[in-house]
This record gives sequence, structure tokens and C-alpha cells, in this order.
Amino acid sequence: MKNIEPKTDIDRLKFNWLQYASPKTFYPLAGKIIPWCAAGAAILIAYGLYLGVFVAPTDFQQGEGYRIIFVHVPAAWFSMFLYLLMALYAGLGLVLNARLSYMMATAIAPTGAMFTLVALVTGSLWGKPMWGAWWVWDARLTSELILLFLYIGYFSLQAAIDDKNRADKASAVLALVGAINVPIIYFSVKWWNTLHQGASVSLTQAPAMAAVMLKGMLVMAIGFWLYSIAVVLIRVRAEILERDSKAAMFRQDLGLGKS
Amino acid sequence: MQWHSISEFLAMGGYAFYVWGSFGVTFGCMAVELLSLKSRNKRIAQAIKQEAI
Repeated sequence: MKNIEPKTDIDRLKFNWLQYASPKTFYPLAGKIIPWCAAGAAILIAYGLYLGVFVAPTDFQQGEGYRIIFVHVPAAWFSMFLYLLMALYAGLGLVLNARLSYMMATAIAPTGAMFTLVALVTGSLWGKPMWGAWWVWDARLTSELILLFLYIGYFSLQAAIDDKNRADKASAVLALVGAINVPIIYFSVKWWNTLHQGASVSLTQAPAMAAVMLKGMLVMAIGFWLYSIAVVLIRVRAEILERDSKAAMFRQDLGLGKS
Repeated sequence: MQWHSISEFLAMGGYAFYVWGSFGVTFGCMAVELLSLKSRNKRIAQAIKQEAI
């Protein structure tokens, strides 16, 4: 990929970020970012876990049971945030007809679905001791379950259509239409009377929790963010390789030389 | 530090199953995701090698 490096001063001035919209130039760039994000994710998740189970004090109402918050809330945030990001890339793909945008959307979906499943299961494990039920059909839980179905619908639709280009377009439309569910999840605790508690952290009010609890949760959230970047980039690289049938440019990486 | 003994730490005030279960599910899911990506990359590398021969 040496030809993408700016060579002269004039080339350096003309250095164009849009070149990274091409899978061929994005592939090595993503490869450079992955190890940094992975290392940061490992450190922050370990530190967040340490804060969550060793440093944060016992909750006066829920005892030690509340510690589920340190994985439940960050997972729930990223289940929603990754959906919006997936819809954004899908929309960009439709507007610009850019292959890499579709590949990014495809690469984000499994990680978003994973965090949705984690949010639902840890929520269930929290609901049982606190509410006495594994599951209730309240607005927050139901809309989060719909989010999981939207993710599943997104990749089932992609798998169902053989023509990659048509599969990308159809699933992008689904992703965009489904995005309406994200604000519904987020505001469900305000709009409806839910058993699920309201937001512990919001942009407009002081957080309703001890500073060290908040710190543990935010550290874990940034850890999950870096994890998501690393995993999505690994997957988008796999996606690029699988879609490029010739794959000639990567043979060198594998020590096979040019053919 | 919140804990006086290892058994107290592990018991999580009686919520051991729920708290450790939640952490287990979370990091278990992440591990499964990473392992599935690893095997996908292995498959791709094999396919590309085969193509080269």
C-alpha cells in the first residue's frame, strides 16, 4: 500500500482523507488501529471491573445486587448507540453508494446484537432478585427486545438475498426504518410508567449515584466502546477479504507474493 | 476495599448467582464473538492460500 503515502510537499498538501473510503486503502489503516483499541479495551474493562467489584460501595437499597449495573448499563448504551451507527453507515451507503459504508454497517450489526442480548440477559438477572420476575412486558424491556429482533432481521435479510448489492440496499432500508425504535427505548422510562427505573445518568441532571459508581460505569463504557471499535474493524477487514474475490493485494500479507 | 474475606466477596451479599452470572454472560459473549471472528479469519486465510496455489 506504499502508493498511498504522500511523497512530496505538494502531495502532502493534497493529502485526501476521502481515499480511506476505498476498502483497499482502509484495510491497512484499520489493521493499524485495531491493536491500540484492543489494548485500551482490555485495560479499561479490567479497571472498570476492579472499580465495580472492589472499590464501589454497597448500595443502601439493593445491597451488592446493584453491581450488575457495571455491565448492564454500558451494554444497553452500546446496544442502542451501535444500532444508530449501523443505520448511519447504511444510510451513507444508500446516499453515496459506497461499498465500504455497507460493509461497516454489516460489520457493526453482530456486535450491536451481542450487546443487546447482554443487556437483556443481565437485565433479567437483575430483575429476578429485585422485582421477583425474570421478565415483565414493560415498555423499556419490550422495546429493547424489539431492538434484538431488528438486528436479527437485518442480518437475516442480508443472508436471504444472494445479490450482495441488493442485499446491502434492502437491509439498509430496514436499518433506517428500525432506527425509530432507539429513541423509543431511550425515552420509554419517561413516556410510560415502567417497572424499569429511570435513567441514572443524564446529560441535563446531576447523576443520581455515588461518584465512584459513576466512574466505574463510565470507565467500563469507554472500554466497551474501544472493544466495539476493535471488533468491528476486525470484522470489516474479514468482510473486505471475503467480498474481494481476487484478494490479490492481500497475498503479500500472507507471504505468498504477487501472482 | 469493600470486602473482609474471600468468601464474603464471592457471596456478593447473597446475590452471587445474579452478579457473577451477569459478569459471566457479558464477558462470555465477548469471548464467543472474538473466537468466532478468529475462526472466520482462519477460514479466509485458508481460502486465499488455496486460491494462490
